[in-house]
Amino acid sequence: MVEQTFWDEMTGGGADVRTVYGRVNEWLKSTPPDVLAARRTQAELLFRRIGITFAVYGEKDAAERLIPFDIIPRVIGQSEWSLMEKGLIQRVKAINAFLCDIYGTREILRAGLIPPDLVFGNPHFRPEMAGKRAPHDVWVHIAGIDMVRTGEDEFYVLEDNARTPSGVSYMLENREVMMRLLPDLFSNHRIAPVENYTDLLLNCLRSVAPPRSAGEPVVALLTPGPYNSAYYEHSFLADRLGVELVEGHDLSVRDGVVYMRTTQGPRRVDVLYRRIDDDFIDPLAFRPDSVLGVPGLLDAYAAGNITLANAIGTGVADDKALYTYMPEIVKFYLGEEAILKNVPTWRCREADALKYVREHIGELVVKEVNGSGGYGMLVGPHASKAEIAEFEKKLVAQPDNYIAQPTLSLSTCPAFVENGVAPRHVDLRPFVLTGAEGSRVVPGGLTRVAMRAGSLVVNSSQGGGTKDTWVIEDA
Amino acid sequence: MLARTADNLFWLARYVERAEFTARIIDITARLAALPKAYGGGAEWESALSAVGSLERFRETYEKADEPSVIEFLIFDPANPSSIRSCIESARTNARAVRTALTADMWQSINSAWLELRALEQMRAPFERMSRERTDPFLDVVKAMSRDFDGAAYRNMLRNDAYWFSRLGLYMERADNTARILDVKYHVLLPETEAVGGSLDYFQWTSILRAVSAFTAYHWVYRQSVKPWLIADLLILKKEMPRSLVSCYDNLARNLDAIGNAYGVQGPSQRHARAMLLRLESGNVEAVFERGLHEFLTEFIADNTRLGAIVAEQYLVN
Repeated sequence: MVEQTFWDEMTGGGADVRTVYGRVNEWLKSTPPDVLAARRTQAELLFRRIGITFAVYGEKDAAERLIPFDIIPRVIGQSEWSLMEKGLIQRVKAINAFLCDIYGTREILRAGLIPPDLVFGNPHFRPEMAGKRAPHDVWVHIAGIDMVRTGEDEFYVLEDNARTPSGVSYMLENREVMMRLLPDLFSNHRIAPVENYTDLLLNCLRSVAPPRSAGEPVVALLTPGPYNSAYYEHSFLADRLGVELVEGHDLSVRDGVVYMRTTQGPRRVDVLYRRIDDDFIDPLAFRPDSVLGVPGLLDAYAAGNITLANAIGTGVADDKALYTYMPEIVKFYLGEEAILKNVPTWRCREADALKYVREHIGELVVKEVNGSGGYGMLVGPHASKAEIAEFEKKLVAQPDNYIAQPTLSLSTCPAFVENGVAPRHVDLRPFVLTGAEGSRVVPGGLTRVAMRAGSLVVNSSQGGGTKDTWVIEDA
Repeated sequence: MLARTADNLFWLARYVERAEFTARIIDITARLAALPKAYGGGAEWESALSAVGSLERFRETYEKADEPSVIEFLIFDPANPSSIRSCIESARTNARAVRTALTADMWQSINSAWLELRALEQMRAPFERMSRERTDPFLDVVKAMSRDFDGAAYRNMLRNDAYWFSRLGLYMERADNTARILDVKYHVLLPETEAVGGSLDYFQWTSILRAVSAFTAYHWVYRQSVKPWLIADLLILKKEMPRSLVSCYDNLARNLDAIGNAYGVQGPSQRHARAMLLRLESGNVEAVFERGLHEFLTEFIADNTRLGAIVAEQYLVN
């Protein structure tokens, strides 16, 4: 196996520090480790006080865990960001056009560009939505696009999250904590703000409300409840948006209109920012055993009386097999080349690709099309012969179910770890908001960092942390 | 606001107030139980159970109402829905569900009491009897929780329906508690029990005052030695006494009016609270005793409970 080399965002792999990192580098050099350690402890206290926790286990277990927070900011230059931003907006535009089409006239299937079974065989495709239009043709109001970087000008999209992407509360709280923690570092940078995210989100949600005769549109955030692992984020966002945080049983549908139970009687709701999966959202339409949802919600949607953000059935656009067609999808709907690259992917459903994957399986990452969170995948370079043989059996039996990608050399950023400052792998999840008047992206996003040396796994469930992400004026 | 949120806030405030009251009852009971039998009669712990309205439930599982079992039951027993532990856990569950309606300090006050409770229980060996050296500081924590919660609400909460509903919970619970402690001790408050010069009942009377933190207030208001009918006067009819029934109803009527004004509709709960306030304001202690203190209190507790039901019907279930 060849030793992989990684591109570092501070040094760019060379002896010199990249310009955007100049002042962070000086700060790191002039700050003794014990001061950094003190700042880290302080940050942890702040997060505990705010109550930011990512998972709540049973009441018996007090372990409401904190996601590790790294105090060294990740820096991205304005020009780098502008390009990324353009690419993100383009991609989300294409995803929305694709969803309009798939639940509408299905031009893309008639053009023979993607195999129909990728759509109709997809568990996230909702036949109930066929023939329905989303208000202003926006299906995905909030998208989280996972990006990785491998070099100076090399940005790849790793995954599109078009259902109910989470993590934005960390983006916002990380910034707040950093400003309190390191005011001096802030005072010699000009950093694009992120705090207006919730304001933009509220505008976006209100802009897609169904037309009504009178009054301001009423927005509410639908949560599965306090036992959901993202409940903190739900309550945080409802608070910042100034909207009610509702659970399924707070809502009812009468004559195709959604109402919430208030102290002044039923009150009509126009827009639901829902953080409940499709499966659970309406027991009459989907899983009948769901107690989290709202019976009749789909009917109200069909009647045009409520806007759901995101719409139902958007999962068909963020699946791993469909991902491989994103460059074609962008071109088909927008007539443009995709600005953001896809990670090169072999679709095992195609005979040539399957042949290549079997020949190079030791170098590739093979993933299940509908898997997530690192399950059902084979990391070739780290697998034993027996594991590979075992996996290949499954692959050959059901090639449609798999895709393969090269192991990416994710970029690294300096992080403050147990034994000082060291490079660690990172990814980035920017959040793209789309309303009636187009898309907006708050500069930056959530940077996730693998805190263990050499690890490429940034998931919080596997010990990954987060850091503040700065988009700064080019020097 | 959401009916569920209002309901949660209402109960959250009640649980916090109830936990504090229970902590106070344990404090004063321990004081009384330390006196020679001739002073208190020896049934102090049983009477503590009556004061918090849990004597029957206690008897279902425990045999003898002695200090260790009553303390266990009132502080730690998860099967007792009014134990301090149950109150803190219910308060915390409610607080989590309505976090957006609370200030950060309100959440913290409950969360830190909950953490203290957990720490206390983790140190405890199975079946170990909890010593007073460990429970007493915890009772102080409970009182501090209630103070912090209340203070944070008073200082920082937006004056809207969220605030008013949480105040309703606080004052309804408080009125109920004051009425109950008076009722449990009503026999020692009757005028004919007054003995000339240094009655043994002095300790019973002052324990009532201490339970509602009115010991000092009594002397400021009346400037004379402790007289049972004056205690009743203070705790029922004196508006300047924050835990008196009339003061609770002054607050209940005020907060209900605030809700009614904000919503533009007055309803049965506003009328009921006003009527009760009027009766207390125009009453005098002689009349109360003439009718019978016990009868008066029984009726009051029922009326107070009825107000809870009316509020629920008017605002919380729809």
